[in-house]
Amino acid sequence: MLFSGSSKKIISKFYSFELLEVCIHRVRSCSSIRFIKSKYVCVFDKSALKFSHQQRLFRTSAVSCGQIVQFKLSDIGEGITEVTVKEWYIKEGDTVSQFDSICEVQSDKASVTITSRYDGVIRKLHYSIDDIAFVGKPLVDIEIDASKGVASEEDVVETPPMSHEEHTHQEIKGHKTLATPAVRRLAMENNIKLSEVVGTGKDNRILKEDILNYLAKQTGAILPPSPKAEIAPPQRKAEAVPAAPKDKARKIPVPVSRPIAFAGKDKTEPVTGFQKAMVKTMSAALKIPHFGYSDEIDLTQLVQLREELKPLAEIRGVKLSFMPFFIKAASLGLLQYPILNASLDENCQNVTYKASHNIGVAMDTEQGLIVPNVKNVQVCSVFDIAVELNRLQSLGSAGQLGTSDLTGGTFTLSNIGTIGGTYAKPVILPPEVAIGALGKIQALPRFNSKGEVFKAQIMNVSWSADHRIIDGATMARFSNLWKSYLENPASMLLDLK
Amino acid sequence: MRCAVFKNMVLQSLKNCLWLSCVLRTPKACFWSTASGGLIIQSVSNDVYQNLAVEDWIHDHMDLEKQQVLFLWRNSPAVVIGRHQNPWQECNLRLLRQKNIKLARRRSGGGTVYHDLGNVNLTFFTTRKKYERMENLKLVVKALKALRPQLDVHVTDRYDILLDRQYKISGTAAKLGRTSAYHHCTLLCNADKFVLSSVLKSPFKGLKSNATPSVPALVKNLFEEDPSLTSEMLLDAIAKEYAVQHQIDHHITLINPADETLLPGISDKTNELQTWEWVYGKTPKFSVSTCLNMVYKDSILDVKVNMDVKHGRIEVCNIDLPEQWLPPGLYSELVKSLTGSKFCPNETTTLVTTLLRVCPQDDELHTRWSLLCENIIRLM
Repeated sequence: MLFSGSSKKIISKFYSFELLEVCIHRVRSCSSIRFIKSKYVCVFDKSALKFSHQQRLFRTSAVSCGQIVQFKLSDIGEGITEVTVKEWYIKEGDTVSQFDSICEVQSDKASVTITSRYDGVIRKLHYSIDDIAFVGKPLVDIEIDASKGVASEEDVVETPPMSHEEHTHQEIKGHKTLATPAVRRLAMENNIKLSEVVGTGKDNRILKEDILNYLAKQTGAILPPSPKAEIAPPQRKAEAVPAAPKDKARKIPVPVSRPIAFAGKDKTEPVTGFQKAMVKTMSAALKIPHFGYSDEIDLTQLVQLREELKPLAEIRGVKLSFMPFFIKAASLGLLQYPILNASLDENCQNVTYKASHNIGVAMDTEQGLIVPNVKNVQVCSVFDIAVELNRLQSLGSAGQLGTSDLTGGTFTLSNIGTIGGTYAKPVILPPEVAIGALGKIQALPRFNSKGEVFKAQIMNVSWSADHRIIDGATMARFSNLWKSYLENPASMLLDLK
Repeated sequence: MRCAVFKNMVLQSLKNCLWLSCVLRTPKACFWSTASGGLIIQSVSNDVYQNLAVEDWIHDHMDLEKQQVLFLWRNSPAVVIGRHQNPWQECNLRLLRQKNIKLARRRSGGGTVYHDLGNVNLTFFTTRKKYERMENLKLVVKALKALRPQLDVHVTDRYDILLDRQYKISGTAAKLGRTSAYHHCTLLCNADKFVLSSVLKSPFKGLKSNATPSVPALVKNLFEEDPSLTSEMLLDAIAKEYAVQHQIDHHITLINPADETLLPGISDKTNELQTWEWVYGKTPKFSVSTCLNMVYKDSILDVKVNMDVKHGRIEVCNIDLPEQWLPPGLYSELVKSLTGSKFCPNETTTLVTTLLRVCPQDDELHTRWSLLCENIIRLM
């Protein structure tokens, strides 16, 4: 082997001198060094050995402006000489710290993350994506700060020329303090004694973060983080539906705050996907003159009925919530007030009374709001509706709803109460003309016909309708009818088709 | 983050927890030699994301200088694509969704594989310097031969293991970081070959990409060669051989990938592996150039579609429709909506159904729209 231990140390100094780029100690370990050896053996001649003084002199006269260093692709191992560049993590002009990931390359089923050896600014990328990169050839050009040159000099002064490994050791008061030149510079700039800093790196090495933490403690200030520092976002939790009798099988994500850097920079993103869809729908909805109508429903009897019917449905493999009842009652109401199941054309010239009651159910998914609808409720039983809701809910949470499930709706119910709230002001989804928002079911005291106080299960409903073709009276009467069906579920039997 | 204090703490708690919960895999006294040159661990989970997260965790946090690690794991049905691959090109996504088979993207390179409980996965963790795939595979072959001497298995120079000189029973991939590296491979014991071949066949036509392509191979289960073999036996045999070669106890420690105290930060890693941005968004740039043959009113319409997809999102979108087939305003709205959105059926469905709300309520128009959109969505 050409490079023995001591030579390695010398070479490391050379390396920290920023003249050489190839990871020299790789040469030591690589069994097939044919390529690299031939290229670099000439560099390490005897003149390299007598440099310590020369080195210092050189450093004293280091360049005053940023020095561009060519960071070469180091040996991958297994005799590999070429790799394909697959992804860049940085672009020209970015600032990088030592050990930051620069790019991902691939060679023969192995994916390799290349990390930076220097702190600095990326000035040039030598390859584009899918190019073949060669081991030993420049990968990127990094501009290193002028002050680094100064710091390196300090290093030479402080450290005894003997003990060099990949990182410079420092013997102060018998303690060996491991720190890279970049970290030393940072410490020096801030007048910090390395011996006073607790190292958290490997072998108690002092990292840049340690210096920053030390500084923060001293000054009590919040420092700008290193590029990789982030507050971990709070875990997205899928909250179980509250124990209220409205038993919805949906998962409702807790609103999550995105990771915010200390610097608190504004973040601009394009509006895409679901958000785009919302923007379109709501902008169109804005053109509809809304009016609202709200009421309170006593669901005591319905709650009881559902408790009785739930096990029956479960035997048939179906989860029965309150929604099938609400939906069926709405359909019965629409039979009497078909104007609420209509559509107004663009020029407000014609009203189309839709024959099918395709009642939409607003669903909250991880991506956002979607409104699949149950088709032809007018010919469905409560159980049929429950089956269909189950199907839509499972497809919705899997993100697999089809276009037919999401189109053709004529009337919508939004069960915001599963998340919370009592009264709401829902927005009509065009081309429909009415929508209802259902609040949560609460146990509240109410007076019965005898004047006694009893525990009632109360839910609030808030309707919105298109005032161009629907008047308040119609809405009120529909709501009363719907309410009567739900407050006295047995009455639904009379009108079931 | 490399923090010696933190790492020591974690390793200590790892040792403590594992010592308490270790399950004897061999009839030996239950003790864990801390001075050993190796560690064999096995996951109790069959969740592909959790197991991949464990690999990430070990790669990022464990000091492999003194102790190399062998990680044994199996997954419930999943398709795992390589770091730089294109899922649309590699597998039948519709079939995956239908069958509820998970799709995961690993961090190592290489090609696409199908995992189920009849397939065992082995990960060899070493320092970057000690990264040596051939040795690992030779270890596996040695273990197999020790278990069943009559098996004709050998390692090819493509790092595959072949049975009977023609059937592939193991594929390899690797990941190299700054100081550590891992090499993992599959081993077919008793996987469902029928599902394997159907999900790994992509129906996609007209896809142009520089993503790493998979090399299809004829596969066979070891079970077919010797019905007495089970996955458990294979794992044991390989662990035994590893123990011999590293001069450690043949002792497999079980770990739970959901244990945050044992593996701090593991749930973040698990979550990241499941995000759309990772699984689909990391697909190298590709273009789609295909022709939709739409049957409309007793005639067939040929509609050329061209899309450029970058980071999983549609960058450029061109749909060649007959003139006036759709109102021009609506057509441009469609193209505008698609541009910048995910190349994903769910998102596209939401967008197109929303657009339908704000266009004239004409049955004919709706039919045409649905037909076109459904065909486009089918591409994804």
